[in-house]
Amino acid sequence: MAGERIQTPLRRVLYLGSAREGTGHFWRQRLTAVANVPLVIAFVVIVISVAGRPYPVVVDRLGSPLVAAVLLLMVASVTVHMRLGMQVVIEDYIHGEGVRIAALIASTFFTVLIAVVSGVAILKLALGG
Amino acid sequence: MSTAGLNANRPLSPHLQIYRVTITMAMSIVHRITGVGLYLGTLLLAWWLVAAASGPDYFHFVNRIFGSWIGLVILFLFTWALIHHMLGGIRHLVWDTGHGLGKPARDQLATATLVGSIAITILLWIVGILVR
Repeated sequence: MAGERIQTPLRRVLYLGSAREGTGHFWRQRLTAVANVPLVIAFVVIVISVAGRPYPVVVDRLGSPLVAAVLLLMVASVTVHMRLGMQVVIEDYIHGEGVRIAALIASTFFTVLIAVVSGVAILKLALGG
Repeated sequence: MSTAGLNANRPLSPHLQIYRVTITMAMSIVHRITGVGLYLGTLLLAWWLVAAASGPDYFHFVNRIFGSWIGLVILFLFTWALIHHMLGGIRHLVWDTGHGLGKPARDQLATATLVGSIAITILLWIVGILVR
């Protein structure tokens, strides 16, 4: 029947569209972008403060609770942000569906790997001493 | 479904080569390139953190690689990409509010992204060298 809605009222209220994501990608990209600004600035300050220092000083500073917490937050925010960004790049330039899906999976694996490896290293610096 | 005519000489929608290069276009392209560069550059971040967590010998080994001239060039470019992508991102956040989209404003923002990123990168390295 013309004009009759196929969507259920719940679907319409959630307003997530055909990809079932709505503005989720856009919003998480912006949220992590906003978080990245202070976290990356703090990271740059941390790197400058340990660059060229003796090993014990580097370990001590990177492993101090506040620095380790900032590094963990930065790794979390940055890896989510970069996964979303690379997803757009892959979707824009890789047109074969199979290759595209493989690239999206590989990118997700890469970002999770970076996040976990970095996170374990930070936790070891903070707790391993 | 017939595939006849798929390769016919059809009109193409205009793409990059048809437009005059503008600073906003160039900064948009650079934003994406720096993003991809930073994505790959997180390998260096993870490597450095693992090295610090692995003990003095491995840390000194990695530090020597990062401290070589090629290492320093890569880290300098990494710094610039980071700052450029950050300033470009802040520009996007401003645009998200609906501001700065007019012709003079968007050109000024794009120029500020480029000039600011180079200036801040050089400044950070001067500070880094002075305090070490």
